[in-house]
Amino acid sequence: MFGRLNLAALPLNEPLDMVASGAMILGILFVLILVSAKGWWPSLWREWLTSVDHKRIGIMYVLLAMLMLCRGFIDALMMRTQQALAIGTAHGYLPPEHYDQIFSAHGTIMIFFVAMPFVIGLMNFVVPLHLGVRDVAFPVLNAVSFWLTASGALLVNVSLVIGNFSRATWLGFPPLSELKFSPDVGMDYYLWSLQISGLGSLLAGINMVTTIIKMRAPGMGYMRMPIFCWTALSSSMLIVAAFPVLTATYAMLLLDRYVGMHFFTNDGGGNAMLYFNLIWVWGHPEVYILVLPAFGIYSEIVPTFSSKTLFGYRSMVLATLGICIISFTVWLHHFFTMGAGADVNAFFGIMSMIIAIPTGVKVFNWLFTMYRGRLRFEVPLLWALGFIVTFVIGGLTGVLLAVPPADFVLHNSVFLVAHFHNVIIGAVLFGVFAGYNYWFPKAFGFVLDRRWGIVSFWCWLLGFYLAFMPLYVLGLRGMTRRLEHIPDPRWRPLLEIAEVGALLILAGLAALITQLVVSIRSRERRRDRSGDPWQGRTLEWSTPSPPPEYNFAVLPEVESVDAFWQTKRRRAAQGEPPPHYESIEVPANSPNGFITAFFAVVTGFALIWHIAWLAILGLACALLTLLGFGWFERHGRRIPAEELERVDRAHREQAAA
Amino acid sequence: MAESPEAQAKTTGADLEDRPPGLGEHAPAGGYGIYTAGLGFALLLTIASFIVARSHLLWPPGMPVGLAVLAIAQMGVHLVFFLQIGTGPDNTNNVIALAFGILIVTLIVSGTLWIMAHLDANMPAMLPPELLRGS
Amino acid sequence: MSAGAASILGRVEPGTARGHGGGGPASTRITVAYGFWIFLLSDIIMFSTLFATYAVLKGATAGGPDGRALFELKTVGYETACLLFSSYTCGIGFLSAERHRVELFYGCFAITFLLGAAFLGFEASEFARMVAMGAGPARSAFLSAFFSLVGLHGLHVTVGLLWLVYLVAQTAAFGLKDFVCRRLHCFSLFWHALDIIWVALFTLVYLMGVQ
Repeated sequence: MFGRLNLAALPLNEPLDMVASGAMILGILFVLILVSAKGWWPSLWREWLTSVDHKRIGIMYVLLAMLMLCRGFIDALMMRTQQALAIGTAHGYLPPEHYDQIFSAHGTIMIFFVAMPFVIGLMNFVVPLHLGVRDVAFPVLNAVSFWLTASGALLVNVSLVIGNFSRATWLGFPPLSELKFSPDVGMDYYLWSLQISGLGSLLAGINMVTTIIKMRAPGMGYMRMPIFCWTALSSSMLIVAAFPVLTATYAMLLLDRYVGMHFFTNDGGGNAMLYFNLIWVWGHPEVYILVLPAFGIYSEIVPTFSSKTLFGYRSMVLATLGICIISFTVWLHHFFTMGAGADVNAFFGIMSMIIAIPTGVKVFNWLFTMYRGRLRFEVPLLWALGFIVTFVIGGLTGVLLAVPPADFVLHNSVFLVAHFHNVIIGAVLFGVFAGYNYWFPKAFGFVLDRRWGIVSFWCWLLGFYLAFMPLYVLGLRGMTRRLEHIPDPRWRPLLEIAEVGALLILAGLAALITQLVVSIRSRERRRDRSGDPWQGRTLEWSTPSPPPEYNFAVLPEVESVDAFWQTKRRRAAQGEPPPHYESIEVPANSPNGFITAFFAVVTGFALIWHIAWLAILGLACALLTLLGFGWFERHGRRIPAEELERVDRAHREQAAA
Repeated sequence: MAESPEAQAKTTGADLEDRPPGLGEHAPAGGYGIYTAGLGFALLLTIASFIVARSHLLWPPGMPVGLAVLAIAQMGVHLVFFLQIGTGPDNTNNVIALAFGILIVTLIVSGTLWIMAHLDANMPAMLPPELLRGS
Repeated sequence: MSAGAASILGRVEPGTARGHGGGGPASTRITVAYGFWIFLLSDIIMFSTLFATYAVLKGATAGGPDGRALFELKTVGYETACLLFSSYTCGIGFLSAERHRVELFYGCFAITFLLGAAFLGFEASEFARMVAMGAGPARSAFLSAFFSLVGLHGLHVTVGLLWLVYLVAQTAAFGLKDFVCRRLHCFSLFWHALDIIWVALFTLVYLMGVQ
């Protein structure tokens, strides 16, 4: 009746897990009770849960990412603390099988449920505004994508309470991840939640590619798009190309586990090395999916706060496309040591070094943009400056690792761990924090507190260096990754420095949250009515803050790059006749996404616990939801020209004031 | 009523020189002929493939190449006659997307084959075959 | 979507855009078909992963039967014929829908369904035969790869047939309205793409597998 589910699935004899599960359940209950008590359900349903507005969906993505950042960071702190304590004869506080779940969960959550949603959320919010259009190509699909991602996140968190999580690393390498060596549900939680959220990501990628190629304001040819849109396009193309590989690879592992097939098993002719190959075919483009939009964010922030047009637009576009294509030719550098031989290693090593060249072009373009600019050291620019220094170091260590003989020494040491945290935190995380500070006023109509922003920046920056620079040294001294117990007492000082760094990052995270709370409390004081608090150059700053549902009363006509900058100059020089307003139709809300997600969670849970009838029922209901919502033609809501004119005039007056 | 892209373009001011995949020059006027021609070519290529596979018309070591050529030709027939992916300026987006897809497929398949061939040569299974079965 | 925005501004003449973003957002028809095209390309990439897997595991028969022992080219020939002709009738049916020749549309889509179902019937009997002789997907890595590759294609055909029925029902309910025609367009792209994948499949798996 309940498949493999029984009371033993609850963590009743694991104190740490009980505390964590209890805290999470209490947190969720608190939110649910608060929303009920304040009577917010109808408005929440109408304005957010069933919204198909790209701006709302983008905000929800970012909120999901920040929540999961807290969960993933707690995992990190637990690991750091264990490594600082369990040295020599001491054994710390985490038993090995628990530690293994924590490092697996940490990686899985940070990549799939923090970095991806943050990046996709910012792309969702900004790209239609940058392109001068009303929404993405497929608004309902957009909502479905978000809710599928949230479903995956929910399932991972359910594993904390019911059952356990995978112990087979964030990528699930066989033969460890096969049924024989991971017989419990942990691996199944991992696989099903990522299959569900992976589908969401793929659909989001398709949506974004179509939007950028087919839906732009009149006059916006490709070479007039903001660079952020070019990076969003490249990243989305990589999503479309790479995620099917992930889906197929996980499906094969699931078939091995559920039906006894032999793709990656030790027996029956299976080949575990094939999994490594295929998963990294996805895995390498994945990191470029994350980093390219971050580069795009910097390409918006640096010109704005240097009060200067971006240097080298064309070379930026070429560099972006170059990185996009080359990123699909380097994946073997993740397994140089698996034994493919010198010629294969040489090819992939050289390609991995070549990819640093267009990246370098980008860095030089940002530097040349700042040169002789009038710099304004607002919080977004601080994150950008921190990025440039940090990412260059991380990139250099990457080029070092790209040399196969060097990698033979350093593979799977903490040198590698330091490298990828260096680039992911330095480029992706700093980038999304920069974008969060930069676009927050546009999303909510008030600016974030500057002082707490500066505090959070310095804590993160210094904390990062303290936490990860020691790992470079330790890696060169021979410390491997994923150690639950440290055998060499001479590593203690560096591990203790790393622990201090982690605590400083904790302070940075706390400062970030404080910044948000303080800003919300004093929001009337920091309200921005102009829609353009940073003297922006791109079209999103031409709208009110927050923009109305339809973004633009009249689609702007674009005549050059930095379209809004040109508009402002034209308005100042010669004024502008009022445009002609016409009624428009906006898409209606749809509960499709939320309901599909609900059934996705039910189906996923049922599959994990082998509850056959529930899995079939869940899948059938999901299918019926799809067919049901697709049956009738969707009609939008009409917004009359008078309302467009009223809102637009009011905004122009505010902006001129 | 199904509105042609041209008709829609006149009302939205959007591109005339832009077609979706699957709608060719001759839609909606004319076009049945294209499908029939495509079917004819595809049938010929299919029959040729089966003949090549069953008989010894082709030099045996060259057979895989011959079959591959026939398959690629038939896929091309499908793309041109059924999916109506052309080379005109109105099809640029569709062709670029297809080219990107083909590039990725080529990288994945050839990369995997190259890597796995090397891995299997350098890192063979250690246990004798009888011990690999079962369990 | 903003209808006529470009013409309202008066500076961009309708229909003068040159195909690369000059004229504002594309029509819904073009946007939907292009988005579906991108989805199809992603689907082809997923298939290519399984093709690569099959190519790697082709020889890993674990002492069990290989392609030469198992594949019957006669059945493959029937399957190929069914799918190819169904692709043709789908195309004719779609074109008829575009031209509002409703009877021809219904007729062609009915034949498409029957041919697709016949394809599945042949494939199911082939799978059943192989399982009965002990050559199921859990027998060896080669068979796992074979069943999942061919099976995934068959799964796509099955979903396609269900989709076909749904679309014909919608056409009967609503007529050939814009939103129905957009979906028929997507379906025809899907069905043709499945036949393209089948060409690769029967060549690489079956025809090369019996050598």
